[in-house]
Amino acid sequence: MESTIQADLAVILPEIILAVYAMLALLGAVYTRKDGLAPMLVWMTSAVMIVLAILIGSSAAGTQIAFGGMFVDDGFARFAKVTILVSAAVVLVMSQEYMQRRDLLRFEYPVLVALSAVGMMMMVSAGDLMALYMGLELQSLALYVVASLRRDSEKSTEAGLKYFVLGALSSGLLLYGASLVYGYAGTTLFSGIIQTAQHGEVSLGLLFGLVFLISGLAFKVSAVPFHMWTPDVYEGSPTPVTAFFATAPKVAAMALFARVLHDAFGGAVQDWQQVIALLSVASMFLGAVAAIGQTNIKRLMAFSSIAHMGYALIGLAAGTALGVQSMLIYLAVYVTMNVGTFAFILMMEKDGQPVLDIASLNMFSKREPAKALALLVLLFSLAGVPPMLGFFAKLGVWQAGVEAGLVWLVVASAVASAIGAYYYLRIVFFMYFGEDTGDERDWGNTPVLWGVLMASAAVMIVGIVNMFGIEGAAAAAAATLVN
Amino acid sequence: MEEMLREYLPILVFLAVAIGLGLVLILAAVVLAVRNPDPEKVSAYECGFNAFDDARMKFDVRFYLVSILFIIFDLEIAFLFPWAVAFKDVSMVGFWSMMVFLAVLTIGFAYEWKKGALEWE
Repeated sequence: MESTIQADLAVILPEIILAVYAMLALLGAVYTRKDGLAPMLVWMTSAVMIVLAILIGSSAAGTQIAFGGMFVDDGFARFAKVTILVSAAVVLVMSQEYMQRRDLLRFEYPVLVALSAVGMMMMVSAGDLMALYMGLELQSLALYVVASLRRDSEKSTEAGLKYFVLGALSSGLLLYGASLVYGYAGTTLFSGIIQTAQHGEVSLGLLFGLVFLISGLAFKVSAVPFHMWTPDVYEGSPTPVTAFFATAPKVAAMALFARVLHDAFGGAVQDWQQVIALLSVASMFLGAVAAIGQTNIKRLMAFSSIAHMGYALIGLAAGTALGVQSMLIYLAVYVTMNVGTFAFILMMEKDGQPVLDIASLNMFSKREPAKALALLVLLFSLAGVPPMLGFFAKLGVWQAGVEAGLVWLVVASAVASAIGAYYYLRIVFFMYFGEDTGDERDWGNTPVLWGVLMASAAVMIVGIVNMFGIEGAAAAAAATLVN
Repeated sequence: MEEMLREYLPILVFLAVAIGLGLVLILAAVVLAVRNPDPEKVSAYECGFNAFDDARMKFDVRFYLVSILFIIFDLEIAFLFPWAVAFKDVSMVGFWSMMVFLAVLTIGFAYEWKKGALEWE
């Protein structure tokens, strides 16, 4: 008994380290200089996350199972964890100066981000419905608080409350589904469920449970028709928090989605394929059409993320190893693009006040050609214009879709992508051919944000030639999940 | 499937009885009870004197803090009870799991204390 518990604890060492760090940081800060310590804590937290990402990334290959199958540490989990930790660390560093200048930087912020990262790591490693729920709630509860970080702003508290209420609703759906699955499969372990859920013999009750599970998870990835919270939460939260919402939690939720569908219901692909395909096509079209009328860039990015989740879901709908591989690559590219774009949005300000109207970008190329060019590259990539990396990510999921016989879905997504390109290109139009209002803005320019923007734009171009080995890692990760 | 549904039949019967009994009691009050209301009887009851304020009023957010704190420690007790009852059979792993749980809870409490959530002025 003693030796097995030690082996179990060794498997979850990264999670333990991060959780213990978060608790010590909380106590350390509250007993000393409180918010005065916040900038230092932000840097320290992201350093811890980067170290953990390196630790996880360089750990031995192979699958390790802990706590009787409740916790699975395989190649898939490691890929997702590295993506989550790196993106969370980068977003933390990006937010430090922005929040400090607006007197928003509380020492709880890095602690909460670290705790939600623990939850996300737990999510992607879940091998059991209860472990899944625990990770999901740890992540969500931390995120609800961060959303309303600006306590005295009506919009921010509204965002937090909306997120909380709808998050609770989605948790309810998920739990109801989990209880049905448990009732009909007789176990909460994914390895047990997959034995009862083979195609052709999935009972009606299990199918109901699966659909409820999918609905609950669709809330978390903000897929249509469970997307309504996204624009309001994105708009109301402080911008660095929005940047965080758009990156790491999305990766975690998508990875969890893939984990549940393949690990627990991998034998019944036909049963969930249509549901996922429907979510995917609805997300892509709503994301593309609804963003056209938006003038607030944060709302626009919210609809953009809805659409992008739709594309990533194509990979999941394929139900093959290639599909999961292309989904992982898509998520990694999506996170990189979003981090860069949000670095730009964080710099949009006038006299120290954030400006989020797209029209403020009129003739931006004249004032700051380098930044305008970087944003141009990122927007082209988000739209999926061919030479950029975003296009190749889309191509990947399309290939997986066609191979799985979902030609109609791929054609629909190509149409949606063409519609969606309009609003990205409109921003480019404003920057390069808009009316010059002669409005000289005092643009914020911090080395960190500038560096992140340029780096992610560079990745969009360099990535065409060399994906830094992500392709191989994603293929290996997908192979461990789908067998 | 049939087998399993039959196992749940007692629950269905129980539900039917519970709903039926509830309805009967409510309807009986409507049908059978003697009613002759006067203003004193229908007015809101507040410790013997007339109601002097609206029931919906704003109150301090600190009440919520205290009640949340209460719920956390209430739950802690709910977890501790079965653990304490089965203490003889609990292994070292079980013992230390509970110690870790208590430690995590204490960290939250220490944070809240230091943050001043318990001060009422």
